[in-house]
Amino acid sequence: MSAAPSKTMAQKAAEFGLKPEEYELIVKRLDREPNLVELGVFSVMWSEHCSYKSSRKHLGKFPTKGPRVIQGPGENAGVIDIDDGQACVFKMESHNHPSYIEPYQGAATGVGGIMRDVFTMGARPVALLNALRFGDPSHPKTKRLVSGVVSGIGGYGNCVGVPTVAGETNFHRGYDGNILVNAMCVGLADADKIFYSAAPAPGLPVVYFGSKTGRDGIHGATMASQEFDDASEEKRPTVQVGDPFAEKLLIEATLELMASGAVAAIQDMGAAGLTSSSVEMAGKGGVGIELDLDAVPQREEGMSAYEMMLSESQERMLAILKPGREADGQRIFEKWGLDAATIGWTTETGRMVLKHKGEVVCDVPLAPLFDDAPLYDRPWVAPQPQPRLSPADVPAPSDWNEALLKLMRAPDMASKRWIWEQYDRHVMADTLEDSATGADGGIIRVHGTRKALAVTSDVTPRYVQNDPYEGGKQAVAEAWRNLTAVGAEPIAITDNLNFGNPERPEIMGQIVRAIDGMAEACRELDFPVVSGNVSLYNETNGAAIPPTPTVGGVGLLRDYAKRARFSGAKVGQSLVLLGETRGELGASMYLREIVGREDGAPPPVDLGVERRNGEFVRREIEAGRLTVVHDLADGGLAAAAIELALASKVGVQLRLADDVPAHAFLFGEDQARYLIAVDDAQSLVAAAEAASVPAAVVGQISGESVAAPGLFEVSCGQLEQAWEGWMPALMGDAA
Amino acid sequence: MKAAVVVFPGSNCDRDCKVAVERSTGAHVDMVWHGDTQLPDGVDLIVLPGGFSYGDYLRCGAMASLSPIMTEVKAAAERGVATVGICNGFQILCEAGLLPGALLRNERLKYVCKPVDLEVVNAQTRFTAGYQGRRQVAMTVGNGEGNFFADEETLDRLEGEGQVVFRYLDNPNGSTRGIAGIVNGQGNVLGLMPHPDRAFEAELGSADGAILFQSALASA
Repeated sequence: MSAAPSKTMAQKAAEFGLKPEEYELIVKRLDREPNLVELGVFSVMWSEHCSYKSSRKHLGKFPTKGPRVIQGPGENAGVIDIDDGQACVFKMESHNHPSYIEPYQGAATGVGGIMRDVFTMGARPVALLNALRFGDPSHPKTKRLVSGVVSGIGGYGNCVGVPTVAGETNFHRGYDGNILVNAMCVGLADADKIFYSAAPAPGLPVVYFGSKTGRDGIHGATMASQEFDDASEEKRPTVQVGDPFAEKLLIEATLELMASGAVAAIQDMGAAGLTSSSVEMAGKGGVGIELDLDAVPQREEGMSAYEMMLSESQERMLAILKPGREADGQRIFEKWGLDAATIGWTTETGRMVLKHKGEVVCDVPLAPLFDDAPLYDRPWVAPQPQPRLSPADVPAPSDWNEALLKLMRAPDMASKRWIWEQYDRHVMADTLEDSATGADGGIIRVHGTRKALAVTSDVTPRYVQNDPYEGGKQAVAEAWRNLTAVGAEPIAITDNLNFGNPERPEIMGQIVRAIDGMAEACRELDFPVVSGNVSLYNETNGAAIPPTPTVGGVGLLRDYAKRARFSGAKVGQSLVLLGETRGELGASMYLREIVGREDGAPPPVDLGVERRNGEFVRREIEAGRLTVVHDLADGGLAAAAIELALASKVGVQLRLADDVPAHAFLFGEDQARYLIAVDDAQSLVAAAEAASVPAAVVGQISGESVAAPGLFEVSCGQLEQAWEGWMPALMGDAA
Repeated sequence: MKAAVVVFPGSNCDRDCKVAVERSTGAHVDMVWHGDTQLPDGVDLIVLPGGFSYGDYLRCGAMASLSPIMTEVKAAAERGVATVGICNGFQILCEAGLLPGALLRNERLKYVCKPVDLEVVNAQTRFTAGYQGRRQVAMTVGNGEGNFFADEETLDRLEGEGQVVFRYLDNPNGSTRGIAGIVNGQGNVLGLMPHPDRAFEAELGSADGAILFQSALASA
């Protein structure tokens, strides 16, 4: 082993993102200085990205069990039972830092990585979602980032052939220097054929297959665990390059290999590449691992052991095969034209031993790497509460017509057609609802059955900013509500926690309180967390992003014919509002876009009410009595009514309330509410009241405008123009 | 009735085509690997599915057109076997010389996925007879290189001889003369960019694609 002067190694450790005390801990655990390879291995395994060292203590608050949970957090993805021996496998993951530096490849490899997490578990990917946050539309970098990220997501997902069915996009100056790209993948598997990463025994062959290893992405996981500054673009070489064609071959080969019965354990090479995949497989299985790095398929000449272990080259898998099954592997890898090699064996030593060019270049115990990573209880301060606003604290619009048009062309409200028309939403021929149909979530059939999965991605960062606890609750509740609004039974969530630097107590306070709120909502709504990802250090030059804990929810429709839609309202129907409206304007879209303020407490979520109202709606949908349902969110009743009118190509005449001022009634963002178009409003109101759900007729479907007597009347054509026109105008594409 | 769907590395609508043909027609569908050198005996319909064969590297459809099975596909097409290339399959048919023209990058340089209304320009082909004179059908497109191009002389010939089968009512990708699908001179090889395999039952928004597969096998 090559000995390096300890001073240099300690300095290297700092460059790799390790704190001095963490380096000292490594020396203590090894009882000697690490060499460069070992230091590289420790630094990525102990990075925030791989070890969750700042968040782990708090992530334990999430409920992770439930009658339908087959596998909770800790594996590549979560697994839930969707009846009939079938399972749904899903996870969301961020690719924020790479996407800011190199938007096309950053976003593309984000999609590739999350798909691998899903098919590694034995599931065929069947749907993709993405949650995107960009900077202010007028920021000089925004357009280039939007264009690159959207092309990257489409370029990868379209080619692999998995439909991108839903998503959300926000713009805010808080993301100017640090965009968020969160990608979610949903897959289907047989419940008794789920594959795990734990190596079952010593003495088994470790097989590498997929693309060759190159020098791309070295130390990507470390980069993802550091703040940005003006020199961050110099980190472009740490961004990986994706090859969706290779991914498509990898999916087919992996699923075929699994079906052949040869696989004992399997793990994709994601963040921290060969290092984390081999450490996790051996560590979880309680065995050791020995790898011969000369056998690793290499794309470039003269790669060092350090480079191979730290490379984040894409589209690679590591499998531990059952004894004597290597020939099955070879046959399948040859068919799909993939590189493959047996690169090592599981051992009884409990150590990770790496050999390269006849030398042992790494020999460390697995325990400290795998489950002995530092755990921090970082100090935090409770966020400063914002005052709850009453309607009188917020002015009504001076020009109502203009206010409605301005609301609909606000960046967060406007149609994102420019984005989703670039995504293949129909491949696999099971898409029932997608971004185009305006449903509250995407819906895909479970192939060959009457069942369908409803999927959604939600969080309202401005709520979390003003009150992380209530905002965290709201993100979970909104996902639950979106699934409920189509008639699905909400089953479980994946979360993608995007925050700033956890070493700052006020940021740590956001993390802790948002998790508290989310956990509370998950418990009360029986909506456990089955997988997730934490992305911290989302800061540039000391400015943190708005706290953005994205929630990806999955629900089950037992018979997709009995689902509610967002469109299809007909002239002559009444509009019924379910749920109570007090007129919560704090942190509302109206307040920000029309009044120009971002203050106030967000609307509180009463989880008992949420559940009561939602269960009523779902029951009515299942009974076939409700077919047009839309949940209320950004922009309140006014926005929901306009969206419903545009989707159904009808007009809406709204009726105001006596007890709430008009602007608070129309723009308030009170939670647990649904807008329903129905023939027989009286029966619905009576049924709701019998279930203790507040209900009121708030309008009629008629005419060709959205109007409220004495306040406003705006033609549907004008509204549609405002809503559809904003994004093409921004991107310079008039169509 | 027997159909075969050819699977190239990177095909991603292969299963969709199999399911669409099975559900639309009840035909038995075999999946044929691109490296095979034989088609199933007595095959009545060959489908080249959509996707990104060979990652669309080099040029869409260029490498797939040289796959071993393509020799057999060409021979079968010359014998008069009904052959449909959808999306990437259309690109492969053009690259293989079974259909004239080429598919270029979309006019707006972006991938576009949307429902499209199509004019049935020629309702007398073996693929469109089942529309029974209906002039308009609905399918969806999903392509980045679906912009059909041919020289004026070829276009005039295609139009004059009834080889233009489908035309977009609202051209999504800049295709010359709005052309969405064409047949060869013999009338047994159809290439189209819209996906009948994503429009074979009402739940998917349209069942018009089913009729295309039914027509193709009706004469079998």
